[in-house]
Amino acid sequence: MSLLSRLPQLVIYGIISGSIISLGAIGLSLTYGILNFSNFAHGDIMALGAFLALAFLLLLRGLGMSENIFYPLSFGLPMVISFLLAMAATAGIAIFIDRILYSRLRKTGPVTLLVAAVGVAFFLRNIIQFIWGPQPQYYIKEIQIAWKIPFLGIRIKPDEIFIIIVAALLVVFLHLFLQKTRMGKAMRASADNITLARVCGINTERVIMWTWGIGTALAAAGGILAGIENKFITPNFGWDMLLPIFAAVILGGVGSPYGALLGGMVIGLSGELSTLFISTAYKPAVAFIIMVVMLLIRPRGILGGK
Amino acid sequence: MSLLKAVNIKVGYGETEILHGVSMEVNEREIVCVIGPNGAGKSTLMKAILGLLKPSQGEIIFDGDDITSLASEQRVRRGICYVPQSENIFPSLTVEENLEMGAFTSQDDYRVRMKEVYHIFPDLKETRKQKVRKLSGGQRQMVAIGRALMLNPKIILLDEPSAGLAPRLVKLIFDRIVLINHSGTAILMVEQNARQALGLSHKGYVLVMGRNRFEDSGQALLENEEVGRLYLGG
Repeated sequence: MSLLSRLPQLVIYGIISGSIISLGAIGLSLTYGILNFSNFAHGDIMALGAFLALAFLLLLRGLGMSENIFYPLSFGLPMVISFLLAMAATAGIAIFIDRILYSRLRKTGPVTLLVAAVGVAFFLRNIIQFIWGPQPQYYIKEIQIAWKIPFLGIRIKPDEIFIIIVAALLVVFLHLFLQKTRMGKAMRASADNITLARVCGINTERVIMWTWGIGTALAAAGGILAGIENKFITPNFGWDMLLPIFAAVILGGVGSPYGALLGGMVIGLSGELSTLFISTAYKPAVAFIIMVVMLLIRPRGILGGK
Repeated sequence: MSLLKAVNIKVGYGETEILHGVSMEVNEREIVCVIGPNGAGKSTLMKAILGLLKPSQGEIIFDGDDITSLASEQRVRRGICYVPQSENIFPSLTVEENLEMGAFTSQDDYRVRMKEVYHIFPDLKETRKQKVRKLSGGQRQMVAIGRALMLNPKIILLDEPSAGLAPRLVKLIFDRIVLINHSGTAILMVEQNARQALGLSHKGYVLVMGRNRFEDSGQALLENEEVGRLYLGG
C-alpha cells in the first residue's frame, strides 16, 4: 500500500492514542504546575484506575448485574458504572496519598518529592501485581468488528469512537471547570504563583486536593480507555505510559492543561505517523526524540508561560 | 489612632537574621514610607507583617489585636493586603480574574468592588478581558495594586510600587496611591524613589542594616541634612 493511502488510518489511530495520552498528561501538568514536582507515579495512577475499573466490573458481574451491551459498543452498563466509580476511587486514593505522604514533604523541595513519587510508583505497581499477577487481564474478551468508512478507506471500531467522544467530553468539562468556577480559577492562579495565591487568602491546601482529585480522575479515565482500546491491561502498562505523557507535558508547556492536551495529540499522532517511515518498534522512541528536541529549542513548551 | 504596630521585630531567613529589633507604627488613614539602602530589611519587614516570615521575637499588633501568631490568610481577612515587589500578578489569568482572586475570601459580590477599582484605574477596565501577561509594566502594577484593593483593606502594604517604571508612570502610580489613601485606606510602602515617596508620606522610617535609624514626618526627613546626604543621594 502506498504511504498516502495509509495516512487517514494512521491519523485515526493517532487521535485515539493521543486522546489517551492527553488525559494522562493533563493531570500530570496540573500537579506539576501547582506542586512543582515531577510525579513519576502518574503512569501507575493510570494503571491503578484501569485495574480499579476491572475490580468494580467483576464486582458488579458478581452481584449479578446483566451485561446487556450497548450495541454497537462491546460493553454495557456495568462497564460504564465501573468507569465512573474507578475515576472517583482513584481520585480518593491519590488525595489520601497526598495527605499521608506528599503534604508532609512539601517544604523539602522537588527532589525529595520526586523520590517519594518513584516510591509510590513502585508501591502501586507491585500492589497491582500482587493482587492480579503479571499476566494480562481483560475487561471484555469478545473481538469487535471494525466499521469500514467508505471513500477514506478507514477502519474504526465503535469502541474507538466511544474513546474519542469520552476523552473530548472530559476535556470540555475540565475547560468549563477551569474557566467558570471559583475553584477552577483558583487552581489556575495557584499554578501561576502559589505564594501570591496564599497572599490572596486562597486556601492552597484545598486547591491542591482538588488538583490531585481532578488530575488523577482524568488519568484513571485515560488508563481505562487504554484498556478498552488495547483489550487488555497489565501491571506494567502505567510505566510504559510515563514517557509519552511526560513528553506531552513538556511539549505543551509544564503547568498548562491546554498545552498538555495539544502535546498529547502531537505525541499520539507523531508516534503513529512515524510508522510510515520506520519500524513500529521505534514508536516509543519518537516521543522521546520530540521531548529532547523540545527541551533543546524551547524548554518552556508550546503554551508554557513560565 | 494606631492601626498597625510592629514592636521590636527580630526576623530573618533560616539562620540569617535580617531585622535586629525593628519597631514602627502606622496610624489609621496614614501613608507611611520605609526607606533605606539595599539590604536594610525593608521587604523583610513587609513579609513579617503579612506573616510570610515568622519573627523570632517581637509582636505585631493590628487594630488592637496581637496577630503575631496568625496565618497570612487570616491577616488578609482582617484587612491587611500586600503587593509584593515582583511576581505580584497571575500572568495567565485575565485582568478581571486577577481582581476576582483578590476578593477570593470575600463573601460579597466582588463585582461591586471591582467597579470601584476600575474607577481608580480606568486603564484596567479597558483591558479587563486580556491576559495580564500581555500587558505593559505599568498596567501590570495597576493590576497588582487593584488586586490588593479588592478586599477593601484597612491597610495595604506596597513593596516598591514604582520599581522599573518610566518616570511618567511613577507619577501616575503615586497619584493613585494618594487617591487610594483619600478613600480611607492606610498605606505602608517601601520605596527606592525615596524623595517622591517621602513627599507624599505622613511619616517615614529610615532602616539601616536591620535597625531603625531615623523616624520623622515625611517632610522633616526630606529636610534632614544627614538623611539627605546618606540616603537620598545628596
